[in-house]
Amino acid sequence: MKQELSYRDSVHKMGRVWILSALAMLLAVPAAICIYYNAWPPVAGILKGLLSIVPIFWTVGVIEVFTYVPMLGTGGSYLGFVTGNLANLKVPCALNSMDRAGVQPGTEEGEVVSTIAIATSSIVTTLIIALGVLLLSQIAPVLESPALQPAFENILPALFGALGVVFVSKDWKIAIAPLVVMITLFLLVPSLAGAVGILVPVGALIAIGVARILYKKNLL
Amino acid sequence: MEFNSNSAFMYVVVGVVIAFVLLQSVVFFIKAWRRGKELGMDMQALKKTVGSSALFTVAPAFAILLGVIALSNALGFPLPWLRLSVIGSLTYEATAAAAAANAVGTSLAERITDPKIFAVIAWVMALGIVPGLVLVPVFGKKIEKGISNIKSKDSKWGKIFLSGLFLGMISAFLGLVFANVHKGLTGWIPVFVMFASAVLMLLCGFVQKIFKVKWIEDYALPISLLGGMALSIPITNLVMSLVG
Repeated sequence: MKQELSYRDSVHKMGRVWILSALAMLLAVPAAICIYYNAWPPVAGILKGLLSIVPIFWTVGVIEVFTYVPMLGTGGSYLGFVTGNLANLKVPCALNSMDRAGVQPGTEEGEVVSTIAIATSSIVTTLIIALGVLLLSQIAPVLESPALQPAFENILPALFGALGVVFVSKDWKIAIAPLVVMITLFLLVPSLAGAVGILVPVGALIAIGVARILYKKNLL
Repeated sequence: MEFNSNSAFMYVVVGVVIAFVLLQSVVFFIKAWRRGKELGMDMQALKKTVGSSALFTVAPAFAILLGVIALSNALGFPLPWLRLSVIGSLTYEATAAAAAANAVGTSLAERITDPKIFAVIAWVMALGIVPGLVLVPVFGKKIEKGISNIKSKDSKWGKIFLSGLFLGMISAFLGLVFANVHKGLTGWIPVFVMFASAVLMLLCGFVQKIFKVKWIEDYALPISLLGGMALSIPITNLVMSLVG
């Protein structure tokens, strides 16, 4: 038990240094552009731009931290929040890997599997994009060919269809209520598509609420 | 200095940050790998985690690359390359860039040649993603403690609680698949693709059970994802021919 605490703690320590350094480097990029080109943009312009995205993006950012940290685990969170593409890549990858390896999220084995999955996914993504940028003239015509467009447009349905089968069938009693609510919501208010990040915790609250009732009644 | 969004300077700056993040992934990988060994975990299973995660990542990574191409018309390659390899996702980055361009009275329809406007866009894209990077180190440990408290009080409920969290996320994204249904038959395409991919996942399970092919199970998610994406092409063509 003591060992477990010390491993987690060391990941936290290391993670904080890496994540804050990454933040500093990301902010250094626009700063470097300003200095190198001696181009100091109007602060009002930046504020105006921020004003139109911050209300939604910062809200989603806060929500993401509270919903995805428990799923990704310690190391996975410090890495996943830096490398991004959480909902469409890192979270499904981590959940699937833990499920296949038969380890529970929140345990130290789960922690190891989730971190390895997210690190692998981050490395592969970075390499593919880097190679893609280098070989763009050869790759772009294929990627942008009209015949392939449906495949890229349907990546989320293909991903969550497969992931859904695994997790919904495992806990279908918990899954029914949030599924019905979410599908009804999107059928009635299609414009919510842009706010799916905000709906994740809504779905989670419904699922956890229903699970609590079923659990208390000994139905799970 | 003449500004050029594809200049060597831009590539160097962006390259340094991307290399840093790549290094972080490698360091975390090694730490987790060593820990797995210490815990006496099945290293063969961990190797499968690596293989299936890598394969699973390929298709989404190419989708991200498409995002880089889309933004490169206005912003050159380096900045979109950075923002989509690190942190961002296309929905976020494209919206943030468009909002910033709009705020200074321009648009992403043409190449940005004014370094000041480019800097505004770069700042807005960078500042928009600050919360995750600040909140994880501040609250990460507390959130974890909260979860482990729930677990230590009642371990069965702790497990159910986490399942509820996953299912909340999965149901939100499954609901999203239905967002275009109001457009008629073409809006059903994502729904059909979702079912196709779900069926592939079930098939993987059957093949694994009946023919005892263990590796199928390990690669079931990447197989179903790629299969679903591939099937979306004939599905789209079929629907289009029906709609006329």
